[in-house]
Amino acid sequence: MKLNGTNYRLRVEARLDNPRWIGLASSVIGVLLALFVGGFVLKAAGAQDPVATYKVIFKEGFGTFADWQAGVNALATNTSCPKGKLCFGPLSDTLVKASPILLTTLACIIAFRMRLWNIGADGQMFLGAWAATGVAVFLLPKTTDRWIMLTAMGLAGTLAGVAYGFIPGFLKARLNISEIITTLMLNYVGYKWIEYFVVVGPWSIGDFESTGRFPAPATWPRLTENAEKYPITAGLTVHPGIFLGIAAALLIAWILYRSRWGYEIRVIGNNPNAARYAGISLARNIILVMCLSGGLAGLAGMNEVAALRELNGRFSRGYGFTGVIVAWLARLNPLAAILVAILFGGLLVGTKLIQPQGIASMLQGVILFVVVGTELLFHYRIQLEKVEAVMVQKAEGVS
Amino acid sequence: MESPPNAFEMRSIVKRFPGVLANDHVDFSCQVGEVHALLGENGAGKSTLMNVLAGLYKSEAGEIYINGERVHLNSPQDAIAHGIGMVHQHFMLVPSHTVAENMVLGLNTPRFFLNLTHVEEQVKALGEQYGLSVNPRARIWELSVGEQQRVEVLKMLFRGAKVLIMDEPTAVLTPQEVEILFQTLRDMTKRGHSIVFISHKLDEVAAIADRVTVLRRGVVTAAGEPAKGTTKAQLAKLMVGRDILFLIDKKKAQPGEVVLAMDKLCAENDRGLPALRDVSLQVYAGEILGIAGVAGNGQRELAEVLTGLRKPTSGRMMFGAIPLDSHTNWMEVGQQLAHIPEDRAAVGSVPALGVAENLILKRYNRPPISTRWSINYSAVHENGVRLVEQYKIATPSVDTPVRMLSGGNLQKVILARETSGQPKLMIAVHPTRGLDVGAIEGIHRLLIELRDQGAAILLISEELDELFSLADRIAVMYEGQIVGEKSPEHANLHEVGLMMAGTKVDS
Repeated sequence: MKLNGTNYRLRVEARLDNPRWIGLASSVIGVLLALFVGGFVLKAAGAQDPVATYKVIFKEGFGTFADWQAGVNALATNTSCPKGKLCFGPLSDTLVKASPILLTTLACIIAFRMRLWNIGADGQMFLGAWAATGVAVFLLPKTTDRWIMLTAMGLAGTLAGVAYGFIPGFLKARLNISEIITTLMLNYVGYKWIEYFVVVGPWSIGDFESTGRFPAPATWPRLTENAEKYPITAGLTVHPGIFLGIAAALLIAWILYRSRWGYEIRVIGNNPNAARYAGISLARNIILVMCLSGGLAGLAGMNEVAALRELNGRFSRGYGFTGVIVAWLARLNPLAAILVAILFGGLLVGTKLIQPQGIASMLQGVILFVVVGTELLFHYRIQLEKVEAVMVQKAEGVS
Repeated sequence: MESPPNAFEMRSIVKRFPGVLANDHVDFSCQVGEVHALLGENGAGKSTLMNVLAGLYKSEAGEIYINGERVHLNSPQDAIAHGIGMVHQHFMLVPSHTVAENMVLGLNTPRFFLNLTHVEEQVKALGEQYGLSVNPRARIWELSVGEQQRVEVLKMLFRGAKVLIMDEPTAVLTPQEVEILFQTLRDMTKRGHSIVFISHKLDEVAAIADRVTVLRRGVVTAAGEPAKGTTKAQLAKLMVGRDILFLIDKKKAQPGEVVLAMDKLCAENDRGLPALRDVSLQVYAGEILGIAGVAGNGQRELAEVLTGLRKPTSGRMMFGAIPLDSHTNWMEVGQQLAHIPEDRAAVGSVPALGVAENLILKRYNRPPISTRWSINYSAVHENGVRLVEQYKIATPSVDTPVRMLSGGNLQKVILARETSGQPKLMIAVHPTRGLDVGAIEGIHRLLIELRDQGAAILLISEELDELFSLADRIAVMYEGQIVGEKSPEHANLHEVGLMMAGTKVDS
């Protein structure tokens, strides 16, 4: 490609090696490019200065250095957060958002690693939320010990997700029905399922379209509960869900890179023929991986209701799809997913106040688009070279 | 006699790939009206050099002259504008388009209105002129591989190529088609075209080339030697840098007990048609049983049945005293049965995984590589280092993804994996297909070694030379049946050839 008006041309050559830095570089550049493109959309949506808007988003999502400093000081002196400072508030909100995202991301990663395109994490999450709610509100007594209650809810949520992941897994393994279609469609079944229970039907209190506030043991302990002893924690809603996510990420990393099963998953994901040749059962692994994937998404659902403290008709959709984006951005690496999930949590929190409300989804979409695009670009080597006095003729036929 | 002018000349070409110097100051030229063979092992840098000439790769250093004039070829368009066209090993044709449509693909002229009838006439005329008859209105998918190759050649002529680079053109052709191709190439040189003929097959080079240039590991070891008056043995030595044993010296087989017994095995192919009909064979410990046959006569299905990848419809298989009829029994046989699959890249290996991880594919689930749940990666690493050393696998590291390895080295990875477990039975399917002389020799040696250690080997191959030099017995397959069995000492190629064509010969 000759650059007009210069003596230089761009040369594009396929890259034969794929160094490790490429993944990181294309993720970082993808995000930067997405912010750049997003800037134009912000401008079109009426923002005076997109850079200022991004600053606000970052501030809302993570706080400023001054905020953190004030927070650390308050912590040291055991006083409350000074007026006018946000302290750890934004960070707390971000971690609250990040925990379900991290779990759905891991659900996507484990499936995508085997080239099982589970885009039904959203529905699996709904079923998990439903099952956890059932245990918390209708099965166990209100006086159950908090950790027993939460463990039971976690188990119920996971199992519901496992069962919901099993359906597309089984259909894929036995009848070779595309998991893309089945998982996508089952999302809607999941939405309707919840709608039936809390909007139309049996679990709703009156016309509130909600189960009502969960009994205390069925909710995540929040940091703010310690506000009397430690004033700085006042208003911080962060809960142990993020640790659940991090523990799950470590477990998935171990499975993928250190376990026999993970080796099987990686072999199947890369070359199913070689897997069959090595005696690895494809059908069994498809079902198992879909179950694990669904289970993680189901756990995300439990995590979310325990944080919201109720199940209602406005139970949020979309975490399952955000998981798809975060999984790609993290290059299907479960440990990188921790960081990316937190960044995305910040994006969601930071854009809450931005009008129009679609900005966060728009940025997510642009990021995925650009990241996939830049990854492709990085498979080529692009060089700038000087054009010497050469005749670059057009090819012509014999005519 | 004064020699004709050079059609092109490449001087001191250097091309580097990560970790490899593919072309190390290579000089190469071709005279007008000659067939110049570029000979070398796989990975010697032949295709790389020609891709530089065809404008696909950019060399780091070196100069190219065409008709005495210095040129810079930055794209295939540049190259074809200078009259250089390349016919790749894998054809660059659009299967659903017609021959004529493929001709104009990628051309900038005409800009808007395409007069296909005109193109069709031109193609027809060109075809008649060069003896490359194809119907210009035929769609590519309707054509045989040989005809598709003709279309590729025509495409280059249509674009005005004077120099034609043929990258291993015979690999995909039947012997008859090879003859036709050679005739065409000779005709073309008479009309003033120059041909660069890339190959690693010595017989073909001797049959078609005027001059030979040999590359070894990116360096020219023989430049423009006349092909007549150079013996096969000399060329082979130039290629690999040492004498090649065309006849493998091996001890006489010492057959032991029956390791594998097949009794009236029947199986169907993927379309549900009978592929194996009552195959009964015994393979003994310490011998190599060769299966000869034209491709598609049930060899693939036989290998799949014997390795548990395909279920027989009837008949029995015994591995020693174990009947191979249940999952448990297959698991019991496990690593005692080794298998070199037909397709090393698509079946035999996991491209994105490292060498060490590929080397454990068949025993990732047993000690010492793994415990109940987890894999011991330091054991994986040690195993990798040991086998890379022992089997002389050329790889930058044991963690290098195997898709970066050459065909010969990839095959060595598979062989190392399959033979290091001391198998009792080896099913080897086309183990040397597409490999160069040096790699073939290494693999033959490994198979003989394995035999001498007492393993039973079933060798399925299309190369009769390979079967005659390796096998202790040769069974011939035709339409899913064993039509006869010969010992290589008491058979000649002609006889086996007749049997492969379906003629029963008394054994």
